[in-house]
Amino acid sequence: MGKERIEQIFQEKQSAGQKLFIPYIMAGDGGLDILEERIQFLKDSGVAAIELGIPFSDPIADGPTIQAAGQRALSNGTSLKAVLNHLQNFEAKPEVPIIFMTYLNPIYNYGLEKFAADCEKAGVDGIIIPDLPMEEEDMIAGALRAHSIAFIRLVAMTSPRERMIEIAKRSEGFLYAVSVMGTTGARQSHGKNVKAYLDTLKENSPVPVLAGFGVSSVEQANELGTHCDGVIVGSKIVDLFHQRQDAEVRKLVQGSIEVGVKG
Amino acid sequence: MTTYTMPDETGRFGSFGGRFVPELLMPALLELEEAYEQAKNDPQFIEELHYYLKQYVGRETPLYFAEQLTKEVGGANIYLKREDLNHTGAHKINNTIGQALLTLRMGKKKVVAETGAGQHGVATATVCALFDLECIVFMGEEDIRRQKLNVFRMELLGAEVRSVSHGSGTLKDATNEALRYWASNVNDTHYILGSAVGPHPFPKIVRDLQSVIGKETKQQIVEQTGKLPDAIVACVGGGSNSIGMFHPFIEEEAVKLVGVEAAGAGIDTEQHAATITKGSKGILHGTLSNLLQDENGQITEAFSISAGLDYPGVGPEHSHLNETGRVHYAAITDDEALDAFQALSRIEGIIPALESAHAVAYAMKLAKEMKPDQTLVICLSGRGDKDVEQVKDRLEEK
Repeated sequence: MGKERIEQIFQEKQSAGQKLFIPYIMAGDGGLDILEERIQFLKDSGVAAIELGIPFSDPIADGPTIQAAGQRALSNGTSLKAVLNHLQNFEAKPEVPIIFMTYLNPIYNYGLEKFAADCEKAGVDGIIIPDLPMEEEDMIAGALRAHSIAFIRLVAMTSPRERMIEIAKRSEGFLYAVSVMGTTGARQSHGKNVKAYLDTLKENSPVPVLAGFGVSSVEQANELGTHCDGVIVGSKIVDLFHQRQDAEVRKLVQGSIEVGVKG
Repeated sequence: MTTYTMPDETGRFGSFGGRFVPELLMPALLELEEAYEQAKNDPQFIEELHYYLKQYVGRETPLYFAEQLTKEVGGANIYLKREDLNHTGAHKINNTIGQALLTLRMGKKKVVAETGAGQHGVATATVCALFDLECIVFMGEEDIRRQKLNVFRMELLGAEVRSVSHGSGTLKDATNEALRYWASNVNDTHYILGSAVGPHPFPKIVRDLQSVIGKETKQQIVEQTGKLPDAIVACVGGGSNSIGMFHPFIEEEAVKLVGVEAAGAGIDTEQHAATITKGSKGILHGTLSNLLQDENGQITEAFSISAGLDYPGVGPEHSHLNETGRVHYAAITDDEALDAFQALSRIEGIIPALESAHAVAYAMKLAKEMKPDQTLVICLSGRGDKDVEQVKDRLEEK
């Protein structure tokens, strides 16, 4: 469960010479009914884990694509409670780790202790909270630990070196390296300093380093993938699923994980 | 007398406050905190701030004995702290002058801000013109519609106003967008947050800079009446004018402090902005405070006739002062505020901002219950010229 499951599956992928690929999907975008099927589809495409976004009315770390997906999810009635219930009623537990990406307020409102306990019941393996920096994480760290939920930390390009190292040391499962200055969403390219940033993290992180934000193509995934253990792709995946281009999603995943074999 | 030392070094006011922002912004908050702590102990910074507040803003503002209003209401002697007489017409500039000086100290050349009514946007654009800083102001499209003239003012002053169309198109959404913009440009840009909200150290910085209101009031009321006031009333949206007014009086426990929120169509309807009166604890825009939210933790829309009070959150220090009971929070409806808007105009020849009219409305009720030898101070946070057109339309609808 949780941290161990993420570590184990990541190791399997890496031993097979693959780069790690984590897609982000918004829970409830297109309805919760399609969630189980979509998770299976992504699993079959070769992803290492799935980042499942919980919609929030005020997502300050997200760009227009994920904001719109969140609005669609909210307007068809998606809530944290509904997502947790839905996961619990899956016919079989997904064979791929499920990682929640949620802003703090929906889980604070739900109750942090109860949230951690219900995540465990629903088979959630890890959690990413984009608006909870190191200084404030004590409010939930204990509850997550008690329920074996991996607490994945985010590090940014603005973090000073010692802070980066401290965040990497605390992170469980993997380290989420925010690789743009700004919000989620497609970018043309990542600058030179991103590579140096990822190299620094890679040298200092006891857990795998995955680059996220702004990654939208196989080329970018391959380029960044040579400086870390893999990538997280959000807006592009959300967009492709929204346009029903599932085959394109599969191509993006497969092209991105194969870099390890080639390189 | 108890000593009041909030916030602590982590930015907590009791159980409220803190820093709930993406990691990307944390280093900027730590840099700001350090720059501010140095600046406030630097005599040169203090002297410069005083110079601009006096020569440019026009401080100190009068504490005016509203004799006609006092007679009309019957009860306590009513005094008005005339923040409406500041340059740009509201208290907002007390904060923007200070934060612009901090921007310069940090070696940043660009400023981003959010605005609701446009008062903070204008006050930010003004100081950016003065100190030659590049300025981008995010404003909800609904507010742009309500406050066309303020948009033009900001543009005249050289700022770029960016319209925010998603969400309810008001202050909350403009703040989201300003935070996103700041995250993308944090290396050369300072975010001049306009209210006593947001992540630490903003609530502290804004309060300290606005405390000039309360400090002057304290001195002026003693000069004029020989004693401290019995009650002080100020409006609360995010709560910057009120916290600036209240802070120097927190330890003076004999002084009754009242914060007035916007009850919109009524606090028993869905259409209000009474965050403390009706909200619950949660996290929005980087701080843990009282919020208007649904049962799933989604932030709900605030409603008020006054764009400046139309915010579903409130400064964390207000939540704390409510919890300890030091400040009493009440709510005034749109209609009551409109009546007070007209009453103050007619009786004293002072057109208040719709925000401030909420404080006036409550104060008129409170003064009536007080004795003639007691005094009550209203923080008249801004002038109402910006609201005249909207009030005209609203009165004609009736």
